[in-house]
Amino acid sequence: MKICTVKELLNAEVKCCEERLGDHVYSACGSDMMSDVLAYVKDQAVLLTGLVNAQVIRTAEMMDMVCIVFVRSKEPTADMIRLAESSGIVLMVTDCRMFDACGLLYENGLKGRAKKRE
Amino acid sequence: MSEPLVFHYDVDGSDFTSAGQASVFVKRNLRQLGLDPEIIRRVSIAMYEGEINMVIHAEGGEADVIVTEDAVEIVLKDHGPGIADVEKAMQEGYSTATSSIQSLGFGAGMGLPNMKRYSDEMQIDTELGVGTTVRMKIRLT
Repeated sequence: MKICTVKELLNAEVKCCEERLGDHVYSACGSDMMSDVLAYVKDQAVLLTGLVNAQVIRTAEMMDMVCIVFVRSKEPTADMIRLAESSGIVLMVTDCRMFDACGLLYENGLKGRAKKRE
Repeated sequence: MSEPLVFHYDVDGSDFTSAGQASVFVKRNLRQLGLDPEIIRRVSIAMYEGEINMVIHAEGGEADVIVTEDAVEIVLKDHGPGIADVEKAMQEGYSTATSSIQSLGFGAGMGLPNMKRYSDEMQIDTELGVGTTVRMKIRLT
């Protein structure tokens, strides 16, 4: 799925790195606990979260994620946007709730596929 | 690469917002060295969890990352309160972090288990009231 399709499905507003909307993503995860996100590896390109702080951006960077979707209309700060820009991570905001946002993406083919490292 | 490369960082413990900066620098430096992306990811995550721990529990500290021909070693040293029960702290889900830290997305009791999970070797030296040193090694082959 292209990142622009994620944007369309969630009716989201893109905050930075629009030039990457044509990139493909193959899996996603949704969590407000960054430690849980860090416990999973491989091929998670999209992070959906309701948490808004700089550690969300850093966690995504550590995990090589390319897109963060803030649910429930949570707005990233200017500092977070700058941080994401420097890391080449697309930020977008949707008014969908977490469950609905994950469901919409899943229904349209974006799966979890997360595998815990043994 | 005959001589080990050493990167040193001071981890500022006064501001949670800046936590993780050293890990970002390490990740970028290791990329420049051309290391395998999976190795870089493991080093980055292990160090990031450690860095977050230092900020949450110990008001910061020092981080050294040593790159040799066969491994990347991360040494995290703080002068915090020490870990009362290391065995307990290694259990997934056990945490002494406050609810305010949990509201920031951490303190779920996954930090030390994640650091062990992503490294090939991990050693914790800790003394109550003196501080903690965590050494992690990620082998390159």
